[in-house]
Amino acid sequence: MGKKKNVQPPPPSTSTLPDSIADGEGNVVGEGAVVEEVKKEGVKPLEVLYCQGELRYPIDVGCDDDLVIVCSFPPEFCEFGSSLTRCKAWLHEEHPDLFDKYYSEDALVEKTALLSTEAATKLEKDTAKKEAKAEAKARAEEERKKEAKVIVKRIERNKRKYVTSISGLEAFGIDLKKAAKLFAQKFATGASVTKTVTGGEEIVVQGDVSDEIVDMFEEANESSKESALKGVPEDNIEVVEEKKKKGGD
Amino acid sequence: MFKKFSAADASGQSILKSSVQRSIRATLLSQMNWDAETLELVWPKKEALVLVKCRDHISIYTVQGEPLFFQHFDGPFFPTLRLLQKYPSLLPKVQVDRGAIRFLLAGAHMMCPGFTSKGGWLPDADAAIPKEKAVAIFAEGKDHPCGVGLTKLSSEEIKSVNKGVGVEIVTYLGDDLWSLKKL
Ligand SMILES: [Zn+2]
Repeated sequence: MGKKKNVQPPPPSTSTLPDSIADGEGNVVGEGAVVEEVKKEGVKPLEVLYCQGELRYPIDVGCDDDLVIVCSFPPEFCEFGSSLTRCKAWLHEEHPDLFDKYYSEDALVEKTALLSTEAATKLEKDTAKKEAKAEAKARAEEERKKEAKVIVKRIERNKRKYVTSISGLEAFGIDLKKAAKLFAQKFATGASVTKTVTGGEEIVVQGDVSDEIVDMFEEANESSKESALKGVPEDNIEVVEEKKKKGGD
Repeated sequence: MFKKFSAADASGQSILKSSVQRSIRATLLSQMNWDAETLELVWPKKEALVLVKCRDHISIYTVQGEPLFFQHFDGPFFPTLRLLQKYPSLLPKVQVDRGAIRFLLAGAHMMCPGFTSKGGWLPDADAAIPKEKAVAIFAEGKDHPCGVGLTKLSSEEIKSVNKGVGVEIVTYLGDDLWSLKKL
């Protein structure tokens, strides 16, 4: 402790003595007092810049749980994070001078000179791999949501008697209980959450209300109001019909 | 230490008695390289030091919710990495070579050769660091420290033994303590 050798450059000096420690006549006052006052101030902290490069998971379906990972490293360490491309873009935009410092040709040459070529290539590959992995994960999540379907099914129970089932809502982060309650209120009828044979859950509403349900999803998306039905894009809703099997009477 | 850590691991917060706060203030001044005025800037006397007890006998000390120090059992006080980056000379410096950085940022303990290779750095014998001492871990080619460690060997032993773990990493850039800005 207390070594002075090869220590980091000391924090920015706070020794800029106020120029105007002078009385009205232009005489400098109390030299000793000034020194003591400076000493009492303590050492100001170094200002550390934290990278705001973001890895955004671009999910367009309007769910609230879009994943955004902010790098938060001091920019010199971004090369070891998992969002280097975004970090570089951010730094280039916000701090072009630092961008040049860290990513100019010269900087890169200097950096790779510190490592054997083999190790340098490995490092670059690792970074690329990490980024690719994070991106792939984001994309998979996005795809999953894009391809997920909510099935609104009209099911004939008896002659002229129908129920409507809504399945596949989990993929869009919909709370099924809350949604069922909304349907029950809207149609003044029973709506229940039941397990499906495939292991998922579905809402079953009494009556043939498929079209109205599609409308409700649409309205929820367009409205600025909070709704348990928000987040399922119209294109991801499929309306199907299940006819009563022949001879099943 | 903070690899899989979350605020949920905190079992309770308590404002420390002022006598305890006074003794911690004295300990911080004796264990780290700063003066009372600088500590006052970081932790003003009028602000209470809050002890956040966490799993595995880890204690985190916060001021206005910001984690500043932590401790394992009754071991030495460590500054959080964010605080260390603001005051890089709080702890004695050691440096690992560039090749070790990615292991450090994955939470690995640092092996002796990382300090003794060309890109590494350890103080000379006259400023040797004893073992079981908190250190600031710098990295080749980087300005900011990227970890806080606890020496398992003295700096002279790291040079002579030159194998095995030299410094255990207690917190590093990107771990869960780093991500935790408020507690
Ligand atoms: Zn970054």
